[in-house]
Amino acid sequence: MNNAIYRYELRQRWTSVAIWVGSLASLVLIFMALFPSFSADIGAMEQVLKDFPPELRAIFGLTSLDLGVLEGFFGFCIIFCQLCLAIQAANYGLSLVSVEETDLTADFLLTRPLSRSTILTSKIMAALTSVLVTDLLFWGISVASIAIFKGDAPYEQRAITLLLGSVVVFQLLFFSLGLLISLLAKRIRSVTPWSLGLAFGTYVISAFSGILEDVKLEYLSPFKHFDPGQIIKDLHYDTRLVILDVVIIAVAIVVSYWLYQKRDIASPS
Amino acid sequence: MDLIQVNNLTKYYGKSRGIENLSFSVHEGEIFGFIGPNGAGKSTTIRLLLSLIHPTSGQATIFGKDVTTKGPEIRSQIGYLPSEVFYYDHMKVGDLLNYSASFYPGDHKQRISYLADVMELEMHRRIRDLSYGNKKKVGIVQGLLHNPTLLFLDEPTSGLDPLMQRKFFDLVREENKKGVTVFFSSHFLGEVQRLCDRVGIIREGRMVEVSDIRTLQKNNYKKIRVLNQHALASFDLPGVSNLHQEGEWTQFFYKGDINQIIQRLSSFAVEDLSIEEPTLEEIFMHYYE
Repeated sequence: MNNAIYRYELRQRWTSVAIWVGSLASLVLIFMALFPSFSADIGAMEQVLKDFPPELRAIFGLTSLDLGVLEGFFGFCIIFCQLCLAIQAANYGLSLVSVEETDLTADFLLTRPLSRSTILTSKIMAALTSVLVTDLLFWGISVASIAIFKGDAPYEQRAITLLLGSVVVFQLLFFSLGLLISLLAKRIRSVTPWSLGLAFGTYVISAFSGILEDVKLEYLSPFKHFDPGQIIKDLHYDTRLVILDVVIIAVAIVVSYWLYQKRDIASPS
Repeated sequence: MDLIQVNNLTKYYGKSRGIENLSFSVHEGEIFGFIGPNGAGKSTTIRLLLSLIHPTSGQATIFGKDVTTKGPEIRSQIGYLPSEVFYYDHMKVGDLLNYSASFYPGDHKQRISYLADVMELEMHRRIRDLSYGNKKKVGIVQGLLHNPTLLFLDEPTSGLDPLMQRKFFDLVREENKKGVTVFFSSHFLGEVQRLCDRVGIIREGRMVEVSDIRTLQKNNYKKIRVLNQHALASFDLPGVSNLHQEGEWTQFFYKGDINQIIQRLSSFAVEDLSIEEPTLEEIFMHYYE
């Protein structure tokens, strides 16, 4: 790893991390601020939700979530956080190498006396640091807003911890998939459509597997791998799926190193 | 000793040709000119030597080391000035140069300020605010700041005004005197002639000729245009070729003692006269004959 690259890359992403953390903070705070009134009048709320078509409830995972209890409500909130975190991580993965090729600055680092694996490692470490910082702040904000708005409702701490912990694997997965896709593509002109597609695409798969109750589809969507409803019910992750995720992450990273070594860097002119 | 050794190097981009079976060598301490029209494969060759791209077949060594396997080691001794300079736009010139310097062992502060002085570079300005020529200057300083022993210059003078060009050439000569080998790519024969010891001429991905600059100059054609009311149809002198009329202008190529042609022309009532370097294309025509 090269420290200069690491520091440079880290500095590049501070603003982005701040914006994501800011958005996540507003999301969690606004969501959790609704909890006291929601739980106070849960009977009426459940009546409203019952009138929703079952498909719609399935899309938002409401068939398995009890919104009347804190962990259920937070589990509902974290679905949207997962979506944000997926987009963020996919963004970082997709742009890690490709942004230098789009901006035509790739030659700069690659003509220094550095191996490509050193460059890639430094960039990956910097991106993972940014992701980790996001997660730490996200945890802090979540814990704080739960403490503020829980009132005297009892809740299962283990469920909350598991829900919060899941975002790390989740982000690693989207990051490594993003990186792999960017290296499989010849040139990525704009990162955002790709990361939005990746995040929403897998979310839609997860929603459909909820509607269709299709077990096979759940393998395809990371959102199903860390389904809040299942985590709250079982109080542990689905081990099979977590192992699957770890394998996907490892394979994506290894293949990315290999592709980057072989990659031809297009001439700017 | 040969610092760069290229053997049957071939690069295809899918089906389109980059270079084909390119072989040549660059001796230690020389300034090697690499000329050819746009799209001939000059940049492809340099990018292969810097291992920015990988060869389809063939092989190249620099300092006796294979470029595909010993890239980082080789690049520690190399300075590279790309034909089009793209750096991190938001950075200040000084920060970019320090970032670049951080990849080479040792302290390069003095060297940076010396080079920036020579090239009249303002260190506090942001890259995005620089003109094309000024970006080029950043590229020059960046390429020289770590005292490389081998310099790759890919069309280095485009965008530089004549004064800066001269300063830059002086800088390259100064480096060369210290023993630095220079690989100078250009599509402009004039500047290559001023600077280089040997030249390789590349066309359509193949090396057409590698020759000593003096040999090339001996073969050098001049393009001569004469304005004269009476057509110079009967103009014959050894060394004149491609004679043809364009209205009142007579145009031909001349190869030989320039004094003879001047003496001969003075016997006509010449109204206007131009003697030019032939363009590269015209020189290549000669290589096809």
